Amino acid sequence: MAVYKRTYKAYDGALTPAWSRFLILPRSAYGYVMQSKFLVAFRMACFFYPLGCALFIYLAHNLSILKAMNFQGAQFLQVNANFFRYFCAFQGSLAVLLTAFVGPSLVAPDVANNALPLYFYRPFSRAEYVLGKMSLLLGMLSIITWIPGLLLFLIQWSLAGSAWMQENSFIAWGIFIGLLVWDVILCLIALALSAWIKWRIAAGGAILAVFFAGAGFGAALNSIVRTQYGSLLDLRQVIGLIFSQLFRDDTAPPVPVANAWTALAVCAAVCLWLLAKRVRPFEVVK
Amino acid sequence: MVDQCSLEPFGNLKRTKGLGELVEPQAKKPMLELDGLSVRFGQREILKDLHVSLSGRTIGLLGPNGAGKSTLIQTLVGFVRPSAGTARVFGHDIRRGRGAIRPLLGYMPENDSFVANMTAVAFVRMMGELSGLPHDAALERAHEALFYVGLGEARYRLLGTYSLGMKQLAKLAQAIVHGPRLLILDEPTNGLDPPARKRMIRLIQEMRDSGELNLLICSHLLRDVEETCEEVLILKQGRIVHSSNLEAERAANKRFVELETFGPQDGFAEALAGLGCECESAGLGRIKATLPEGLEVREIYRLAASRDLQLRRLNYRRDTLEEIFLKAMEG
Repeated sequence: MAVYKRTYKAYDGALTPAWSRFLILPRSAYGYVMQSKFLVAFRMACFFYPLGCALFIYLAHNLSILKAMNFQGAQFLQVNANFFRYFCAFQGSLAVLLTAFVGPSLVAPDVANNALPLYFYRPFSRAEYVLGKMSLLLGMLSIITWIPGLLLFLIQWSLAGSAWMQENSFIAWGIFIGLLVWDVILCLIALALSAWIKWRIAAGGAILAVFFAGAGFGAALNSIVRTQYGSLLDLRQVIGLIFSQLFRDDTAPPVPVANAWTALAVCAAVCLWLLAKRVRPFEVVK
Repeated sequence: MVDQCSLEPFGNLKRTKGLGELVEPQAKKPMLELDGLSVRFGQREILKDLHVSLSGRTIGLLGPNGAGKSTLIQTLVGFVRPSAGTARVFGHDIRRGRGAIRPLLGYMPENDSFVANMTAVAFVRMMGELSGLPHDAALERAHEALFYVGLGEARYRLLGTYSLGMKQLAKLAQAIVHGPRLLILDEPTNGLDPPARKRMIRLIQEMRDSGELNLLICSHLLRDVEETCEEVLILKQGRIVHSSNLEAERAANKRFVELETFGPQDGFAEALAGLGCECESAGLGRIKATLPEGLEVREIYRLAASRDLQLRRLNYRRDTLEEIFLKAMEG
């Protein structure tokens, strides 16, 4: 089937391993996602806080410089679990915004253009499709959340020494597990809504609405029924509870942390169910 | 790059499957077998106990709207699970061997299917890669496929800017980029203007004649099927009402003639039957007759002359696909 011959010819070359084909989707989509200048600028802005944190850690370990500069508040510079918890909360919020920008372009174009049959008649499963689309967003979120978090932890370790590391190794696990769980939940919400809402702007709005409306409903439920379980509808509070457990916060949580884990599991299950209903090669009309 | 796949012409002794396994030549095996295949959506049975074995290189799938053509294709592709029975594609059972069937398929859906914000070459390359082609090979074949279907000059344009005919060609390019052994075309000429339709038919004929792949063509347009297919399968209300080899029918000279007479024709049909002809009156003095072996046409002229009947026209003709289709629909 050479260009100049213009004849049909079958393919008889080597094939790639089946397990690696899901990686084709993020590779193909990444270039299109990064065409947006706004998104590039936003992703750059997401690194300002980690850079500030790195500077903070450096200064905290170089108090002599601060004293030489006659800085009075040097004793307040402490790098501890709370410092990393604030980092996780801040970067987690940026991750929500990034999800709202990137998420709608994941599945919606394929659904809107009826492209799903073209993926699924090939040796390519629905699970691989979801995994491929998810890995793009998960990669982008990881770069602004747990990866810089762990880098900050490493900087602190290198400056504070092994004794600090042995005492605070739970922080590293907290950063990694907490933010990875948060990223996965964000990806699933983005994919599910992107699969059901074809219009990108509406899908982006819906992703944000899940968090703000959930918080609103949760607060309303708490005040009407006089309970604290409404907090489980607010995903940011839910992940906050999980962070409090992972960072060994002594403050008593308003609801048991096990319930927060259950809420996230339910959220993930609902998203997967929505995806299973929508990510199909053809639409069943009842 | 662990597994080899050769998609060489049907019947080649050295053909290998996806994981390098050597398989027997399949030239004598049917391409498609339906074995009691039934498909049900809820309470509604769409395909009802289909039994047929087809081995032609190009198979036409015909039927009125709602006959179950698209459902049959979706079942073969693996989108729909049969409620009873099964089907085999190149001997692979669609229930158990879906993984073996999919690498062999190329599918061009009826409706628009593309990713609007991708260029044609990026889209076709991605589809090739998803079928297992390495990146470089996929890119090379994407260019080749787009040139082959006639979109070479437009391959860097976004698919969303394509006209309907160009989208059809782009769909064809993604269906052939990985070199399938069975190409399923669902309404390939849908919405095309006459030149574009002609081009599509020519492409299908070229691919058929290349001997590198088999084709299953679903179309409402009998002419498309007649121009491209060797075998035809006609569905009506989820059942097979006709299945035949058009090539064989064309080859078999049934000595079918059409007569147009003028004058008193009482008993003429009976007299023709006396000569061994199978006759059917078409009204207004027209008679369709199938001549038996050994009967010369001059006998018909003699018979007409003896009855003082004018034979104004005598045409040799075979059943067209349209007649086959209409007969099947009447049945």
